[in-house]
Amino acid sequence: MQQQAIITVKDLRTYFYSDKRCNKVLNGISFELYKGRTLCVVGESGCGKSVTASSIMQLLPKLSRIESGSITYHAPDGDIRIDLLERNGKEMRSLRGADIAMIFQDPMTALNPVYTIGYQIGENLKYHTTLDKDARRARTLELLTQMGISTPEKRIDQYPHEFSGGMRQRAMIAMAMSCNPKVLIADEPTTALDVTIQAQIFELMEKLKTEHDTAVMLITHDMGVVSELADDVAVMYMGNIVERGSVKEVLKHPAHPYTSALLRSIPVLHKGKNQNLQPIRGSTPDPYDRPKGCQFGPRCDFFCEKCNEMPPESPVCEGHSVRCWNADQVYGSAVKAGSESER
Amino acid sequence: MSVANKEILLELRGVKTFFPIRSGFFNKVTDHVKAVNDIDLDIYRGETLGLVGESGCGKTTLGKSIIQLVHATDGTMMYDFGESGGGKKDLRKLSKEDEQMLHKRAQIVFQDPYSSLNPSFTIFQSLADPLRHFGVKDKEEQRKIIGDILEAVNMRREYMDRYPHEFSGGQRQRIGIARALCVNPEMVVCDEAVSALDVSIQAQVLNLLMQLKEERNLTYIFITHNLSVVEYISDRIAVMYLGKIVELADTEQIFDNTMHPYTEALLSAIPIVDPDHKHSRIVLEGDVPNPVRPPDGCLFHPRCKKCMEICKKERPKLIKHTVEGKDHFCACHLYDNGLAQNG
Repeated sequence: MQQQAIITVKDLRTYFYSDKRCNKVLNGISFELYKGRTLCVVGESGCGKSVTASSIMQLLPKLSRIESGSITYHAPDGDIRIDLLERNGKEMRSLRGADIAMIFQDPMTALNPVYTIGYQIGENLKYHTTLDKDARRARTLELLTQMGISTPEKRIDQYPHEFSGGMRQRAMIAMAMSCNPKVLIADEPTTALDVTIQAQIFELMEKLKTEHDTAVMLITHDMGVVSELADDVAVMYMGNIVERGSVKEVLKHPAHPYTSALLRSIPVLHKGKNQNLQPIRGSTPDPYDRPKGCQFGPRCDFFCEKCNEMPPESPVCEGHSVRCWNADQVYGSAVKAGSESER
Repeated sequence: MSVANKEILLELRGVKTFFPIRSGFFNKVTDHVKAVNDIDLDIYRGETLGLVGESGCGKTTLGKSIIQLVHATDGTMMYDFGESGGGKKDLRKLSKEDEQMLHKRAQIVFQDPYSSLNPSFTIFQSLADPLRHFGVKDKEEQRKIIGDILEAVNMRREYMDRYPHEFSGGQRQRIGIARALCVNPEMVVCDEAVSALDVSIQAQVLNLLMQLKEERNLTYIFITHNLSVVEYISDRIAVMYLGKIVELADTEQIFDNTMHPYTEALLSAIPIVDPDHKHSRIVLEGDVPNPVRPPDGCLFHPRCKKCMEICKKERPKLIKHTVEGKDHFCACHLYDNGLAQNG
């Protein structure tokens, strides 16, 4: 199958500045988003998942800057370098919301409490389409119906506080999908919701992805979500993508010690008490006082001399690459364990 | 837990905790939020009871009602204080002295490690408070006890003179656990004790909790919405929905022979870390109803796929069934005529 890249991120570095200190939040990450595929970005809090999203959307806070690298949006009429656009310039604003849309983590704070839901969804249409007022309202109603909100005629004129958490998140998705974006970035869309509501939202997102051939970038910290929704996965740790590849490859044969340790530390449903949870020792380092070389070094079982230098991204097999000097060793044991359990 | 000597530590009968809603000029009580609505539950000495359910189902309120942080409005809660404490007493009718005795025996670990420690107190000050309260006045002795307890939760003795902001989330949660344990309780209510932590840290705290239970012969009431965690740590599980227990059984029973349709849906909604495993999800429609005006009949019937006529009229009772020789409590009309029908 020919995969068409829609966004290419190359060696992106985003730094945050505060009080004469510099936090290298993103330290050279590269990945692609493909049409009709879901890329899941996983990692612990503070690893730079959300900053990746806001770099693409140009929604970074004031005291931060894209230092180097490139973000290229492959628009139908030629490539656009997003990182070179003015942050709130005309071009960026015409992209944001229309071609690239985002769903935020907390629907309670992302919606404006003093405007009706209908107005907030319609606003997007007002700036990005040529529809008149009646057509916009009709489209908003259609969107709300698509999202599975009952009695949309009534709901359209209600305020966010009259909606439940799950419905607010649906309204957010309706807003993001209003202009049929090419790229949808979802930053922990279900973390604040219950599992039964989470299942509803995921069903909806899957449906939209297949219908509109949207490229989805889903940020999460839940490995379960990754294995259910993702086509590709990128594992982040302290500002680096340490491992990426197709979801089956990465979850079955993790080649980075962090990924494999992470998988061993999560309790898995239906395995009961017989599982042996192995916590990762230590805790994530202070971002202002980072270890030298490989960021995972101090917590890693495979630590060696070489790790004081940052390993390059190297492929272990087709469509699976990793940043680790000892990847062959980790990958080898994962493949061996996998084939043994199959037997 | 050894099944042979099941000694009841706490016996809840018809416990209700309602919160009044006041409105109007005279602040009259117009209605009640029925947070915990008629719960019967036995807690055995030395077991870990998992309390699961969606947000707003009353699991935290039940936990707090037991510790007397919230006062139940109805029912009896017989706690076994043992021979030295004067036998069984109803927690709702305790004298001042007896309530002190309860707080020495039953403690709570809170969800958010960031807001549950006073930022202007050192760890020593925070932990010495309960000790002083229960008669350890000598400062040297306090330092010794706190040092020991910090070591028990895998932290260094010297840390007691630091302030909470110097610690990471996982460390703070361990301090929260140390604070609960420093008076040597016999029962600990863990209210979402690991939910706020990153996955790699979560395993550390879970293993610590299990180890402490072995060492100190504790009884846990483990409140969480994360079923994989609860499966790993609990002996028995109680599933709550809208202030009522809908299913209660041994952990293996709940997972292997799920009876209640709500539990079934809840289990199927959880994403599982296994790329080969694409299970059929039961997606519930709608949201949890308002606990002020719960639906007639079975509380779950508006969302239930197996809803029958009787479910809309009559509220099912929590009935004891025997599945594979083990007790299995379930509140559902599906099993009114015994198990064979739907087995």
